[in-house]
Amino acid sequence: MKLTDNSSIIKSLQKFLKRNFMILAALFLIVLALSVFTDTFLTTDNLLSVMRQISVDAVLAFGMGMVLIIGCIDLSVGSVLALSGCVCVSMIEAGIPTEAAVMITLAFGACCGALNGLLATFTTIPSFIITLATQQCFRGASYLMTNGKSIMCYDEKFSAIGTGYAGPIPILGIVILVCLIFTCTLLNKTRFGRGMYAIGGNRDAAVYAGIKVKKITTCVYIFTGIMSAMAGIMLSSRVYSASPGSGAGYECNAIAAAVLGGVSFNGGIGTAGGVMIGVMIIGFMNNGLNMLHVTSYWQIIVKGLLILLAVYLDTLRNNRRLHIKKRG
Amino acid sequence: MNEDYILQMKGINKSFGGVSVLHDVSFEMRAGEVRALAGENGAGKSTLMKILGGIYDCDSGEVLIGGERLSTGSVQDSSSHGVSIIHQEIVLVQDMTVGENIFLGREFKTKSGFVDFRRIYKESREILGRIGLGQLKPDTIVRELSLSQQQMVEIAKALSTNSRILVMDEPTSSLTDREVEFLFEQIRALSKKGVSIIYISHKMDEINQIADSVTIMRDGRHILTRPIQEISYEEIIQNMVGHKIEDYYPDYKVKPGKEVLKVEHMTTEKVEDISFTLREGEILGFTGLMGAGRTEMVNGLFGLDPVLSGEIYLDGIKSTIHSPGEAIKRKISLVPEDRKEKGLFLQNTIAFNMTITVMEEFIKGISVDYKKEQQILNEYIHQLDIKMADTEQLAVELSGGNQQKVVISKWLASAPRILILDEPTRGVDVGAKSDIYHLICKIAEKGVAVILISSELPEVMNMSSRIGVMCEGRLVKFFEPDKEEVTQEQIMHYATGGYEHETYRQ
Repeated sequence: MKLTDNSSIIKSLQKFLKRNFMILAALFLIVLALSVFTDTFLTTDNLLSVMRQISVDAVLAFGMGMVLIIGCIDLSVGSVLALSGCVCVSMIEAGIPTEAAVMITLAFGACCGALNGLLATFTTIPSFIITLATQQCFRGASYLMTNGKSIMCYDEKFSAIGTGYAGPIPILGIVILVCLIFTCTLLNKTRFGRGMYAIGGNRDAAVYAGIKVKKITTCVYIFTGIMSAMAGIMLSSRVYSASPGSGAGYECNAIAAAVLGGVSFNGGIGTAGGVMIGVMIIGFMNNGLNMLHVTSYWQIIVKGLLILLAVYLDTLRNNRRLHIKKRG
Repeated sequence: MNEDYILQMKGINKSFGGVSVLHDVSFEMRAGEVRALAGENGAGKSTLMKILGGIYDCDSGEVLIGGERLSTGSVQDSSSHGVSIIHQEIVLVQDMTVGENIFLGREFKTKSGFVDFRRIYKESREILGRIGLGQLKPDTIVRELSLSQQQMVEIAKALSTNSRILVMDEPTSSLTDREVEFLFEQIRALSKKGVSIIYISHKMDEINQIADSVTIMRDGRHILTRPIQEISYEEIIQNMVGHKIEDYYPDYKVKPGKEVLKVEHMTTEKVEDISFTLREGEILGFTGLMGAGRTEMVNGLFGLDPVLSGEIYLDGIKSTIHSPGEAIKRKISLVPEDRKEKGLFLQNTIAFNMTITVMEEFIKGISVDYKKEQQILNEYIHQLDIKMADTEQLAVELSGGNQQKVVISKWLASAPRILILDEPTRGVDVGAKSDIYHLICKIAEKGVAVILISSELPEVMNMSSRIGVMCEGRLVKFFEPDKEEVTQEQIMHYATGGYEHETYRQ
């Protein structure tokens, strides 16, 4: 029994390595280069600080990865992040206990996600348009709610989320880990996850196979909503304030990390581990360029080039596969 | 002697990355000849045609058109020598007009450099008139046309370049019988005008109807070319497959068991007043023209379309089925019509595809029993003889026949008592077709009640114990081939609505 368990773990590890060989190699090269060219990169302090920097992007990228896998998209994650941050901080400032405020905010994120999900399943509007619209609505709502001003929050318990440590590990790091394990388990170990791949791979075939397409689609949007709210809490806790303008453009970072990590823009393909690697590549890249005193403007350009390269390599691999098939 | 031939391809060799795809192939044809090109998938038909069209270059050999040597590997040179290829899929821009499509990329210009629409439409009208489509207005949006009309626009487009050699790659795969008849008329007219036509098809009766001669290819080699009168249906198949197929259709005789399904006056939005019964071990065939409502009828049974009125009895118990999930729970399986659109997850593994309907048997909460999954896989791979590297291979990499086997096994895994197969052999090689027929009988022998939907009449006539004929959303006639002599003409009579005239006469 134990033996079969081990061999299946080794097998899935092999599969993971094979599937993500390219980006793993890229990650390795980046780490290697930065360790050679800087003497501060490969230090515990720096690595822990990178972990904190990428945490918000990572959590958003997991959510984005999931909607991409079912063949949809969620452009509203950045706005949900801002609105959730404002909701949470306002509640704490109004005297609601921190724990309760956090829980209510997560539930609020779930509601935002549910709205996207229900619109996506019960109308025929493309998810790109739906979430483009809700992105505007949620953004407007956060400005309306705060009168366009940032709200400061020095609640100790609250700021512990973003700045605290559990032993040597930042709490933000633990949140990443929890999201990674959650996404990974959902995708690989459950019927729900197989259903997700089926919907993204071929929606019609999924309907014929008796998969509850509407239920799964709505639930995935809810998960993404919760993760966006989580990211909002993390960000405002780290900077001791919630700003209605925060998180603008974060959806693009999340898409970039997911696609870099091997999630197909057409749905049906992608892994949680891949998304994590995608986030790390972008994070290390930014960190390394910072240390090499390259301006942040260049970092944005490098990120763009990375995405092009990653997706190009991916299409090359797919084309070769299809070509072999045509001749066979 | 050389002037006899409009097209000569001599000693063509082609390999891709060391794999020889065409081996010393020669191909000749005369002006005005209609030549069927037959062969299984991967026999090299399309590669040969792509060399003719200039899409691929050949490694050695030469192509002569009207005695002139073609510089191979150039689409421009091929088309200026009068070669046009109509591909299997329609490649028209759906939101442009007919005229715009015909002259797409070759638009006429006015003196001031803008597109000369007046001339485009004038010339389009002329071309359409030439092929008997004078009634079609060149300023119609393509999307509004029927598939056969679109196919004709493709032909018009090909002819607008004054082609002498027209290649048609399975042009009828999406056409109804009437549309096919119309297409054939056009082909005959073209051949009278001296256009040579190369007609690629899997359908034997079409080859018989339209071709003057047939060329058979297998494994990248030219096997034979013969006038169509001098070769039999069996010989063609035998040469395509390379060995004799014994018992192309299995001899199936099982006494039907007890009744599992009874449908009474079922009406959905698409079909009306459907009544029939189905017994264990029985193969019940349904046929009809495209759009007659065969697929829509089983969609009602499978919970995809809501049943508006009428009753469905399973094992004598009145049942309602609201979703495919419920149908699967009640042991009904549906192998849908279009395997790539509705049956397969092409980007996923074979294992994923085969077990997607029975996930609850090996995934509980967050624990996956891989051993059990493997057991399920082994059982069906063995039973269906699926040819593949391993179960982690992607479905997209399999041949059509093997893909169809994967789809069927996915549904067998859910241990159905009623198995509905909608066009199970469409786009499948001849050899694999026979495999699927034998498989269906093996399933029925085990007591599964099978509904077989097919527009290929020989298929339903040889496989089923009863044949239901549908026309315009209604079930108009049942034939019993076991008890009476049934001809294709009789079935077509009912499928085309002939019964209406009959009742009228009475």
